[in-house]
Amino acid sequence: MNNNIKELVESLNNNKPDHKINIMEVCGTHTMAISRYGLRQLIPENINLISGPGCPVCVTPIGDIDWIIEIARQYDVSIFTFGDLFRVPGTQSSLYNEKSKGKDINICYSPADALDFAKNNPDKKVIFIAIGFETTIPLTSVIVKRAYKEKTSNFYIYNTHKLVPEALELLLVDREVKIDAFLCPGHVSAIIGSKPYSFIADDYHIPCVISGFEPMDILESIAMIIVQINKGISDVEIQYRRVVREEGNPAAVNSIYEVFDKSDSVWRGLGNIPGSGLKLKKKFLKFDAKTHFPVKINKSGEPHGCECGDILKGIKKPSECRLFSRICKPENPIGPCMVSSEGSCAAYYKYEKLKV
Amino acid sequence: MTSSKNKKNIKAYNDKKFRDRIIQLSHGDGGIKTGELISNLLLKYFGNEILNKLEDSAVLNCSNKKIAYTTDSFVVNPIFFPGGDIGKLSICGTINDLVTTGCTLLAISLSFILEESFPVSDFKKILSSIKSTLDDTKLHIVTGDTKVVEKGSADKIFINTSGIGLIDNDIDISPEKIKAGDKILLNGSIADHGTAILSCRKEFNFKTNIVSDCAPLSSLVSDMLAASNKIHALRDATRGGLASILFELARASGTNINIYEDKIPVKKEVHGICEFLGLDPLYIANEGKMVVFVDRNDADKVLQAMKKNKYGKDSRIIGEVTEKGEGLIILITELGTKRILDPQYSEQLPRIC
Repeated sequence: MNNNIKELVESLNNNKPDHKINIMEVCGTHTMAISRYGLRQLIPENINLISGPGCPVCVTPIGDIDWIIEIARQYDVSIFTFGDLFRVPGTQSSLYNEKSKGKDINICYSPADALDFAKNNPDKKVIFIAIGFETTIPLTSVIVKRAYKEKTSNFYIYNTHKLVPEALELLLVDREVKIDAFLCPGHVSAIIGSKPYSFIADDYHIPCVISGFEPMDILESIAMIIVQINKGISDVEIQYRRVVREEGNPAAVNSIYEVFDKSDSVWRGLGNIPGSGLKLKKKFLKFDAKTHFPVKINKSGEPHGCECGDILKGIKKPSECRLFSRICKPENPIGPCMVSSEGSCAAYYKYEKLKV
Repeated sequence: MTSSKNKKNIKAYNDKKFRDRIIQLSHGDGGIKTGELISNLLLKYFGNEILNKLEDSAVLNCSNKKIAYTTDSFVVNPIFFPGGDIGKLSICGTINDLVTTGCTLLAISLSFILEESFPVSDFKKILSSIKSTLDDTKLHIVTGDTKVVEKGSADKIFINTSGIGLIDNDIDISPEKIKAGDKILLNGSIADHGTAILSCRKEFNFKTNIVSDCAPLSSLVSDMLAASNKIHALRDATRGGLASILFELARASGTNINIYEDKIPVKKEVHGICEFLGLDPLYIANEGKMVVFVDRNDADKVLQAMKKNKYGKDSRIIGEVTEKGEGLIILITELGTKRILDPQYSEQLPRIC
């Protein structure tokens, strides 16, 4: 262990709060890093790290998966998706299974790949599954604007984008979830800055620290939270200064709202959250896959016994789900939290299955 | 090389050039074109005393030693990648599987499934790469086969190789020999092959300098065997990466293992790409990495021998066998924390070998 980390760990232990506290790490990348580096072994026992709803694949309702599959079945379309969504089970099938049956489903790393494919294959109808939080939404907005400018007529997005701060408020209102502080995602704040979290500190008196993703970043952020808790104050602080500015990236935010308006959105496990989603502005509606490819889907239903909902809210840990590691495993995922590389169940399964 | 009824079409030694530009179905129909492909192309690269006979089976002289025998098929996409190609891969893969027994290489077979319209220029590039890999190891192709399938029925070129080697009677390398105290050695950085393949696929839109580690490890293994007769197990860490191989060996030997994250070399760029894509280098394929279990008293001797070989310059001791057990792999992280490596976890990766 290097000396900086040793000092930080020592100071965490010397300054630990006198009562048990729950810190929610909102972002799936934080969840993964905490598990992978075994950070729970380094922090005082009365600091409980709980995972939040910050994995975009995990919070996408099963109905959306069913909807996309139905479009693939009923229309002659080429679908482009990020890899994480590929194996998430819908009610009856997954994109992975549909590809095996011959549907044209492709994994891509950027929405630009999908648009380029559409330009090069004008006889094909191309749908990009637009998923993700503030980090990826600007990319989608840029691509939609490009498609508009270039008058592309065979490109569509299936929009499931969601906004982070609005979901956190729901968790604070929910009485089942006891949260003393938030470890906020650095990448999201690289876009939106720190201000959108102010209401959490001001109205709910919950400390927020916007953190980077290296183990040192996370430990330092936890230390900053502890200082606030010990002092009895609540602020929004930025630990990830090398990337995040208070005002964020206004150009990227403007790009989002040139293309989208805020709307309500359903989160898996959390339900409908007002103002937590985005819909295409009227001008860009012609790129909306849902309106262009209408389908009827049979009833969508959560897998029996799956606790992803409570896990996403931080009420339960993955190991408290009856299916976890018995039936639900990375090679046979039942819920989305086991599929995504950022899902809490995948993190716990891979890195914390057995306590050493 | 081909069935006997077609032999009349083939004359082993000639000066004729292979002038066709693309592979056609007739190159696989056993007729004149097949004959031209074999004698004017394949034998130009691989001709030797045994292969030139073009018999249905090669006849090899063996003593009464133990024989090691393995086979492997190769379907990698893309077929050319930084650091190698499907041809080099097909020879290295089989050689590296063979030498894990401690054997001396005897002979290798080479079979192609070619897609109609595959460019002969690409085929020649692959043949020449196979040739130079063989030259590196002084191994000969002694038998083989070529089939051509309709366009769309295969993706460009698939290769199957199998190989045999002879094991000296005093060599006994197997997971059962692994015991508590053994040191675990590795000959260099991990995850180069898998990430090199990923980064040169067309859907992956950014350039990297990552090069596959694809290499024949026969000379490395013979240097190790010359340095110590207490090598207990060898395994090349291909699909599933280092983690999967460690798990296999721990299970097979009924031991628990500690490995040290900071001792396992991962190139900076490989680390970066893994972080970006959410992959764990420990589970990503290698094509030139040998994991060695050796008695602790000989560990340094073997390490020095490995470091002197061109494929072992970055060799390290990465861990040790701690005790008899159920096959747990405990990773000591760079922070000094511990976690158990999961055996079943595998990354979803495209065709990497």
